[in-house]
Amino acid sequence: MMNIQIDWQAFTPISLVGGLLLGVATVILLLGIGRIAGISGIFSSLLKPKRVEAWQVLFIVGLVVSPVLYGLVKPLPAIEMSTSLPLLIGAGLLVGFGTRLGSGCTSGHGICGNARLSPRSMVATVTFMLFGMVTVYIGRHFLGLI
Amino acid sequence: MLKNMIGLLAGLLFGVGLLISGMTDPTKVQGFLDVFGAWDISLALVMGGGLIVAIIGVQIAKRQPTSWIGSPIEMPTTTVINKKLLIGAMLFGIGWGLVGICPGPGIVLLGAGQWQAYVFIPAMIVGMLIYQWLEPKLG
Repeated sequence: MMNIQIDWQAFTPISLVGGLLLGVATVILLLGIGRIAGISGIFSSLLKPKRVEAWQVLFIVGLVVSPVLYGLVKPLPAIEMSTSLPLLIGAGLLVGFGTRLGSGCTSGHGICGNARLSPRSMVATVTFMLFGMVTVYIGRHFLGLI
Repeated sequence: MLKNMIGLLAGLLFGVGLLISGMTDPTKVQGFLDVFGAWDISLALVMGGGLIVAIIGVQIAKRQPTSWIGSPIEMPTTTVINKKLLIGAMLFGIGWGLVGICPGPGIVLLGAGQWQAYVFIPAMIVGMLIYQWLEPKLG
């Protein structure tokens, strides 16, 4: 039997505040201009110079500038990540290709789609969460890659 | 003009939300995905919190004839669950698990000056371009 142990030391209740803010940003975009906050979709539209809209460019600019804005109030939170080039490149390729093939990521399916109770988004969310978990399980506990 | 300002504001708020939530710390994301290790469940609160607000927003949107700027509110109309959706979500999940970065946090990490994001995001762009190139053949 595999044991599930929750690491309460690492638990950060403030994550809820971050989540609520993601919801607010999503709703502002939906009610404000009638568009879905799907990051992979908005970002990929920047790769289609003939079809991209100015608000999409500005949304991405907002994401890039957000750490600067955050930094004005308090120091950026801890960021710890892999330094393996093959892992970063492979993961980037998979995330780019996969989010386009599957029409969305953690934002478009995970928040917007699930909020619309879209069965398509629910299936996508369960699938990428499950495969993310399996990847960490195998990559960390068997291969020692992660 | 207003449309662009709303786009910028939403991007800024989304980015700050990601930073506050812990989603921009790839090790924390992997801790959330590591169900059978020392499981950090914090990030369940991120999707939960986002969903609570977004569900209310969607209900309001359904009762609005147009958006604030007068444009139609565009909701995706595709409902089909097919191989493309499943394989796409699967590949995305594997990539997400490998380094703990999904597209939003990856873009925010560019602005945070994290060098790994300058490797990950160009690779993500290449992945997207490969899809664009293959798209006509995938049907």
